[in-house]
Amino acid sequence: MENKAISCKNLTKQFGDFKAVDRVTFDVEQGEIFGFLGANGAGKTTAMRILCGLSFPTSGEATVAGFDVYKQQEQIKKNIGYMSQKFSLYDNLTILENIVFYGGVYGVSRVDIKIRSDELISTLGLEKEAKKLVGELPLGWKQKLAFSVAIFHRPKIVFLDEPTGGVDPVTRRQFWDMIYQAAESGITVFVTTHYMDEAEYCDRISVMVDGRVEALDSPTNLKNKFQTDTMDNVFYQLARGAKRADS
Amino acid sequence: MKNEVHNSHLSAANSQLSVICKNIVKTYNKGEVKAVNAVSFDVQKGELFGLIGPDGAGKTSIFRILTTLLLADSGTARVEGLDVANDYREIRNMVGYMPGKFSLYQDLTVEENLRFFATVFGTSIEDNYELIKDIYDQIKPFNNRRAGKLSGGMKQKLALCCALIHKPTVLFLDEPTTGVDVVSRKEFWEMLDRLKKQGITIVVSTPYMDEATLCDRIALIQNGSIMSIDTPDNIVKSFPKPLFAAKADNIYTLLQDLRSADEVESCYPFGEYLHLTVKTATSDIDSIKQIAGKDTVNGLEVKRIGPTIEDSFIRLMNEDNVKENTKEKADGK
Repeated sequence: MENKAISCKNLTKQFGDFKAVDRVTFDVEQGEIFGFLGANGAGKTTAMRILCGLSFPTSGEATVAGFDVYKQQEQIKKNIGYMSQKFSLYDNLTILENIVFYGGVYGVSRVDIKIRSDELISTLGLEKEAKKLVGELPLGWKQKLAFSVAIFHRPKIVFLDEPTGGVDPVTRRQFWDMIYQAAESGITVFVTTHYMDEAEYCDRISVMVDGRVEALDSPTNLKNKFQTDTMDNVFYQLARGAKRADS
Repeated sequence: MKNEVHNSHLSAANSQLSVICKNIVKTYNKGEVKAVNAVSFDVQKGELFGLIGPDGAGKTSIFRILTTLLLADSGTARVEGLDVANDYREIRNMVGYMPGKFSLYQDLTVEENLRFFATVFGTSIEDNYELIKDIYDQIKPFNNRRAGKLSGGMKQKLALCCALIHKPTVLFLDEPTTGVDVVSRKEFWEMLDRLKKQGITIVVSTPYMDEATLCDRIALIQNGSIMSIDTPDNIVKSFPKPLFAAKADNIYTLLQDLRSADEVESCYPFGEYLHLTVKTATSDIDSIKQIAGKDTVNGLEVKRIGPTIEDSFIRLMNEDNVKENTKEKADGK
């Protein structure tokens, strides 16, 4: 279990009678790009909150970066990065201020913040924009910057919650280039998306339906198993049976 | 906005048109941000017309201008023959609008919302029940639930019902499927198809390129400008180069290798494959395999494929960027 980036066993979260997450079991390998899919309301967000150390499970076991989700929430938070479409950066801070702020929150030393932020701004080609407010950046750039900030403290795992929603097709692909680079450098990537072509970019995918993980495999194996040639169909076959997708 | 001279003498061709946009320009921040840049397009009566483009392309500004909620800086627009600036009252009674952001009353129930919007338009749920029945039946079991407590898919259905309750002639739907899962998206498009059969003109926007093929005609829009308007079929057909798909066991290495090859014009990931075009006009699968390093790559597979709307969009976007860059250089920026 120590070698896995994430390990869940019978993980359950109950709100009253409602099992948002229902005996979920899976492992994520280190350096893997893991796609976490599911219909609206399937329990993805609840599961993600537990894995990010923001919510306690009702029962079951889970470790993230080797830390226990019950007892070591703070260590988990220090060892992960997180970004979502909804919340990523402060619009009314400049690009540089955002980087310095997040670097500080995650305990990166001043010296390292200086070195890494110079490096980051030059890799992103944002030298001219570094002192501009983040709110003035186009969405695509914001998302790329948000991702870089989420891995600025070199976390073991990064959680991405629909990182590319609404982004144009070119920028979306540049974003995935960055994900691949992060994975190559050894960061485990845990990502949710509604774009089924992006599901194909993952090493493995899980599909949640009504609180349960109903399928987990590589995209190729899933397509073989469901006898179809698109992930779209795999997802459709699994999720159309969902009872609470809309409740 | 300038008033058109021949207000009452619309030509026969124009009377077949439901929406006419001519050179619409909209800027924000005292002209600093150009949201809509000389956009022109027509929508025929009964047509399902799609505005396809990412966030920030200008889709919402166009919708708000056409629904009379926002005035354009310049240009003219007509909906059902009426001017969006002068005849806004009539237009508001004729169009249905579903904004991208959920805009119903969160603390009213499903039924209360519907009844409220019906009353505002001087009608009742019962009067237009036939039109919404299909959709309303799906949310009826939750009639007494507050709108704020509904899931994404159900909010979307309720919003559509409210936009339809006064039997509009034109329906404007701004990103109705954003953030909605594949299953609900499919259902939503089936609903649109049924509404279209009833003769309602529908203008819909989406950032999902795969939904483009479900429209009669589409406009591909980026940075406030329309890059192309046509049927999805024709847009795909006008893709100027042979397109290939390639994959290998290590797809990321293959991507880097292909991108650095001189012969390759463009190469990007597309689902399980990479899509690529080459600079030479005469190219075949074998020559692509050569470029990829044939014998040294494990699991190499190359095939010729037909482009999708997303391929066309990417190509048009890149062409635009190239133009922009050359222009900037010429301007000495």
